[in-house]
Amino acid sequence: MTNSTISSEKQEQWTEIIAPERGLLDLQLTELWRYRDLLLMFVRRDFISTYKQTILGPLWFFLQPILTTFIYVVIFGHFAGLSTDGTPKILFYLAGITSWNYFSECLNKTATVFKDNASIFGKVYFPRLIMPLSIVVSNLVKFIIQFILFLAFFFYSLFNSDLNVHPNTTILLTPLLIFIMAGLGLGFGMIISALTTKYRDLIFLLTFGIQLLMYATPVIYPLSSIPEQYQLFIQANPMTAIIETFRYAYLGHGHFSWGTLLYSFSFTIVLVILGTIIFNKVEKGFMDTV
Amino acid sequence: MSDVVIRVENLSKQYQLGEIGTGTISYDLNRWWAKTRGKEDPFSKIGINFSPTQTTNSDHIWALKDVNFEVRQGEILGIIGRNGAGKSTLLKLLSKVTKPSTGQIKLKGRIAALLEVGTGFHPELTGRENIFLNGAILGMTKSEIKNKFDEIVDFSGVERYIDTPVKRYSSGMYVRLAFAVAANLEQEILIVDEVLAVGDAEFQKKCLGKMQDVSTNEGRTVLFVSHNMTAINALCNKGLLLKNGTVENYGPIGECVKIYLNNNAEQTKINLSDRKDRIGNGVFRFIEVILLNKYLKPQNEFLSGEEVNIMIRYKNINDMTLKNVSIAIALNNSFDTQLTNMANYISDKTFETLPHDSTIICKIHKLPLVTGTYSFNFFSRVNDDISDWIINTCALNVESGDYYKTGQVTESNQALFLMDYNFSLINK
Repeated sequence: MTNSTISSEKQEQWTEIIAPERGLLDLQLTELWRYRDLLLMFVRRDFISTYKQTILGPLWFFLQPILTTFIYVVIFGHFAGLSTDGTPKILFYLAGITSWNYFSECLNKTATVFKDNASIFGKVYFPRLIMPLSIVVSNLVKFIIQFILFLAFFFYSLFNSDLNVHPNTTILLTPLLIFIMAGLGLGFGMIISALTTKYRDLIFLLTFGIQLLMYATPVIYPLSSIPEQYQLFIQANPMTAIIETFRYAYLGHGHFSWGTLLYSFSFTIVLVILGTIIFNKVEKGFMDTV
Repeated sequence: MSDVVIRVENLSKQYQLGEIGTGTISYDLNRWWAKTRGKEDPFSKIGINFSPTQTTNSDHIWALKDVNFEVRQGEILGIIGRNGAGKSTLLKLLSKVTKPSTGQIKLKGRIAALLEVGTGFHPELTGRENIFLNGAILGMTKSEIKNKFDEIVDFSGVERYIDTPVKRYSSGMYVRLAFAVAANLEQEILIVDEVLAVGDAEFQKKCLGKMQDVSTNEGRTVLFVSHNMTAINALCNKGLLLKNGTVENYGPIGECVKIYLNNNAEQTKINLSDRKDRIGNGVFRFIEVILLNKYLKPQNEFLSGEEVNIMIRYKNINDMTLKNVSIAIALNNSFDTQLTNMANYISDKTFETLPHDSTIICKIHKLPLVTGTYSFNFFSRVNDDISDWIINTCALNVESGDYYKTGQVTESNQALFLMDYNFSLINK
């Protein structure tokens, strides 16, 4: 009797078993791959819905960094007189803002992903990781548009020989830099999002945190303007190496070393893996607490 | 046994009541501290078993407790139960929106859950874009949606507006488009939760037909949750009746519906002797009321067109035989508007003599009410003096039923009451 039940049990091929807990490392990446079309659909939705019914449409993607750069040039460049390492002020700030924006938007949006999507998460299942990933890709589109703007200024300055712009082969590292920025935003975002489902207060801290972090990153100042004894602190921030390398590659001024870049890279890898594991752990039960 | 596609084993789901989030950091730290010293979790309350309706001072309740059932391929399972019975929780677990506390669900095939129509619809996107977005959210790939696209548009009947943002749609069009996407999914198991409550009657019929179709012709399995007993009865072949988070009955749908309607029969008997908010000299007093079906069995929910018997026990305090007694029962809807008055002096005549302690019955031959909750007021007069008058004595729950014996139902948004009528041709 018992034997027959066991054997019939074996014969049955369940395609899926929903159980209270699953392995910490069971990330269900194959399922994620099956839903790849959904990711693109979300990206498309974000892009279309952002500029629909606005007069300037996608132009806003340009205007935002231009206005911010303008303000930074006036306030930090002229009034405060912060150094830009002798590079053109507009390019200096634009480089910082473009990369920082990508990182911070990824982080911001990913961190509140459960809260923002509670209504849809509560009604239908799809691998939750799709959401943070779509945020990263959506913002990548935005970043690329803004990067084109940067390139326009860059080439203008390049052919204006009296401006101090000296690009070098480190430019080839650009994709790696973008990857690290995305990874950092995603990784931090996923960890924070997992925590915010339980501790809502973190959302308020996050806004401050990101702003503070920006001042701890060489966005509005070059690393070289920091006194020697503090440089190590600033360099502990994995975003520092990215922005400095970025400026070094395109403008020829900035701190570049393989060591710091490797540090940022490994930091990112660890962060993304850790973030994914934590996110997956929280994802299954968050609907009951959010 | 090879055709079992869903097997639910000892499934339980516990929810935490009250405010979640405040003070959890200190709780968690406490918990962690206890754990590191090898002590018991100071906040867990394992081993307490209670139903959701039972009041306890604990802040954890079991929304589902030890649920077991199996669904075979091609079956349409109707899940019924009162509010709070655990239907929605069960669907959430099946659709993986949330995880079970204990137990497991084994599945064969992909599940598409329709807990809401149009999940993820974005108002700024056009109908076409939303079909792709919604389809992808529900688990289809882009090419699958492309193949089904014409069918979806056709089913929805909104082809003229397919390139208009859905925010310009009427709510009916919106729902039709949303259901069309879901109805044309490829998944082997379809879960549908009360979505039919929206849309016009014709479209509802279309949806029901579609569900029937995917089950019988395509061999897919459907799980259907509804309060509409007529639809459940017509569509499903098996039923799962939930009560307080446990399975009360699992079997043929007719049996489940019957048990569901007779559920809580004990509660149907309502004691009126303790009511203080009454007017009158008390010569005749209403003591107890109970609603009975045509077999004179207590019943809690009635279907439109059913026979209802209102059985009232009364008493005279001085054990005197009563003379010339008028009794009236007023029927109110949920807005406390009086719909009608049933009085013995109108339909029959006043009771000339009544024993001092007995029971009277008021029979409603064919309940002409649509879905809703109604209430009764009782009134009695002995020799032109008001002897007892109680407002809101007992509730009458009505679910849509087969009033015309045709299997068709007048939509509740089309009617306040049902009329006994029929059509015929005069000049042959």
